[in-house]
Amino acid sequence: MTVSHNDAGRPLPPPAGAAPGPAPTPGGGGADAPPAPAIEMIGIYKRFGPVQASAGAHLRVYPGEIHCLLGENGAGKSTLMKILYGLYAMDAGEIRIRGRTAVIRSPGDAMRAGIGMVHQHFMLVDDFTVAENVIAGMEPRRRGLIDMAAARRLVAEYSRRFGLHVDPGARVEDLSVGQQQRVEILKALIRGAEFLILDEPTAVLTPQEADELFRVMRQLKAEGKTIIFITHKLKETMAVADRVTVLRAGRDAGSMPASQTTPQRLAELMVGRRVLLQVPAPPAQRGPALLQLENVTVKGAGKDLLRSVNLQVRGGEILGIAGVEGNGQLELEEVVAGWRTPDQGRVRIAGRDVAGMGPRRRRRPGCAHIPPGRPRRGPAPALSVEQNVVLGRHWGQPYARLGVLRRPAVRELADAVTSRFDVRGGRGPVGGLSGGNQQKLVVGRELYHNPWVILACQPTRGVDVGAIERIHRELLDMRARGAAVLLISADLDELLALSDRLAVIYEGEIVAEGETGQFTEEMLGLLMAGQRPSGGSGRNAAGRNGTGRDGAGRDGAGPTEATAGD
Amino acid sequence: MSEALEAIFHVNTLTSTLRLATPIALAAMAGTLSERVGVINLALEAKLLAGAFAGAYASYVTGSAWLGVGAAVLAGVLIGALLGLFTLRWRANHVVAGIGLNILALGLTTWLLQVIWGSRGTSPVVPDLPGWSIPGLQAVPLLGPLLSGHSPLVYVMLLAGPLLWVWLFKTPGGLRARMIGEHPEAADTVGIPVRRTQFLLLLAAGALAALGGAQLSLGHLSWFSQNMSAGRGYMALAANVFGRWNPLGSMLAALLFAFTDALQMRVQTLPSPPPTELVQMLPYLLTILVVAGAFRKARPPAALGRHYEPGRSGTE
Repeated sequence: MTVSHNDAGRPLPPPAGAAPGPAPTPGGGGADAPPAPAIEMIGIYKRFGPVQASAGAHLRVYPGEIHCLLGENGAGKSTLMKILYGLYAMDAGEIRIRGRTAVIRSPGDAMRAGIGMVHQHFMLVDDFTVAENVIAGMEPRRRGLIDMAAARRLVAEYSRRFGLHVDPGARVEDLSVGQQQRVEILKALIRGAEFLILDEPTAVLTPQEADELFRVMRQLKAEGKTIIFITHKLKETMAVADRVTVLRAGRDAGSMPASQTTPQRLAELMVGRRVLLQVPAPPAQRGPALLQLENVTVKGAGKDLLRSVNLQVRGGEILGIAGVEGNGQLELEEVVAGWRTPDQGRVRIAGRDVAGMGPRRRRRPGCAHIPPGRPRRGPAPALSVEQNVVLGRHWGQPYARLGVLRRPAVRELADAVTSRFDVRGGRGPVGGLSGGNQQKLVVGRELYHNPWVILACQPTRGVDVGAIERIHRELLDMRARGAAVLLISADLDELLALSDRLAVIYEGEIVAEGETGQFTEEMLGLLMAGQRPSGGSGRNAAGRNGTGRDGAGRDGAGPTEATAGD
Repeated sequence: MSEALEAIFHVNTLTSTLRLATPIALAAMAGTLSERVGVINLALEAKLLAGAFAGAYASYVTGSAWLGVGAAVLAGVLIGALLGLFTLRWRANHVVAGIGLNILALGLTTWLLQVIWGSRGTSPVVPDLPGWSIPGLQAVPLLGPLLSGHSPLVYVMLLAGPLLWVWLFKTPGGLRARMIGEHPEAADTVGIPVRRTQFLLLLAAGALAALGGAQLSLGHLSWFSQNMSAGRGYMALAANVFGRWNPLGSMLAALLFAFTDALQMRVQTLPSPPPTELVQMLPYLLTILVVAGAFRKARPPAALGRHYEPGRSGTE
């Protein structure tokens, strides 16, 4: 009956490219028609294997503005900019620079067209000095040798002029991240960049460094430079942008002056739908807490990757973890799966502390782990379907005896899994199957034995529509059987379609938690971007539904959350 | 004791050091060049061997040792090109490709040795390179005897070290090459042609290492013998690491290797040699000390052995 979940008029998450929402409006936003665009990208398409990264995106950037390119992870922001910078070749589309069609086949072409890019992962050689990094490829020479003195003077001159303070003689590996970013900006400026693309520049910065970057951006703008600023953070967009273009599923979902929009409106455009489904999910038949995380902390270099995470998942419910990727989801997965030992805190499965138990011992009693659909960690591509299906159970009865696999039993298992989970594509090496079938096979392998604790991580990423539906249905079936499901996903639609409760993770911390119905997509978008929803009662209101209120607290748990937000 | 000291500083020990070091040093510098652009070069052994064979054969056929040197260079360039095709174009594992080429070169030269000269061991004597002396230098007391009468390739080796050092660390080309070995994406984004540069340097490295091979068959000796390189390519790779991926360092490390070898050989011939075991231990002891010192700070190019495909890196 819980399966009716899906039939209640909720659309399944659309695959990339099929998103509803506002159509691209080329030529539409010209109410306050500024001068002719400096850069125009028209109908850009780019596909990587099964993934349509750009699906007809349009972008217009006007001279002398700070233009924010906003979108969720995977919306195609970086792809679009790498096309503009000549790192990727587009499949279709047109680029115009100052009104003229431009052919950009390499970064060299882009530089000649006045485009510079600061990449998310810095393009700097740690072992080189600042000056060497900046001038490589355009070295000042004297008698065939590099004129290092001239190079240092050049760097010093530009760093003075644009307020980008950095010592030309310092080795890059001795610099802070913020300083390295300045070196990257200098690199672009010295190459004569008029248009500067900054790819998620704040992702790696401390708040203070980010403020400093914004100051630099404004100064560059004052010097007449045009800046394209890629981000998924609403606050930053509102802080620096003159104009915003929102990308979703590879297309532009809207473009407007920053002064004429609100964070709420932008969040809506980013996520793609206006209304959060308020469909009454068939109440979960909640049982006892089967998976608990108590004060789990994982330390990383300099900062905590997970900070005092408290979560519990009961039998018969799906707890969704929402968050922009890289905010601790991977560590959470690893801690629960048993790949990583938390620095503090404990993980309990069915009440039992599983510290010291590796993945194999955690699986045995009935825990399943569905790793992300992409990158594919689940299947071993070179092994056959049969071999993959038995992985994880290959060491014992009934599939092996005395350390030797029993072919008939394994084949029987493979037959059962492939038919129940609709895995197509033959029995050869799994690498030859389509992404969707590979993932269905992994899901089948994990769910076939009716586990009661399920860790599902990005289970449908990079997987086609049919397979998504199948996988979702299986997860809901497991829930109906009383399994506890921890669903970690970057896909909001998926989370909203499946989860009974949601927790939002931001920078390793659970910043909000509650029944799914209490969140709107806007609120989630804001929370995921590290903002508190307006009204402010959201953050930390997350009542840790006290451990130990088994079953009884079905409706009582969590309503403290109820954000009066809108 | 004084005999031992005399052995160490005997001019013969030092001159044979130079002679023995030349193939290793040239190959080591070739290794430095290719590893600086990110390609692990185990095929040095193949280049030495092929160079030695091609040199001897061309000299045998044409009667000119110089044409032999030219043929050796061609053979080295060819193997460099093969290594480039395998590792850059077809993205083969660098170590496997290198070892494959080594086996190929060993098999091919052994076979050709038999086909051409009907011998399993050595070729006939072929015209070899003349000994050179530098006019004026001969009169200088210590350096004169040390640096006179060597094969021209010894001087090539001595010049190549400093010249390559200048190229690698002081010229635009060298900076670009090093950038590719450290961070190919970064090089790509500033418009440096990654593949082309890597390929060109592999060809240059092939030529350089093959000169070392020519030294074996045309400089040091005057014939080719089966498996003539005898692992010197691997020693060269080690010398490159000792030398910290620096051409001068590679050269000096090769000289050190050769010196211990020469010393050991020299000491064996003394009228009253010290205990053999002790003497034979010396080179290894020295090597251990050097290794301990060198590896402490050695840092290979960051992108060594990695495949770089422009336009395919990164996901979103």
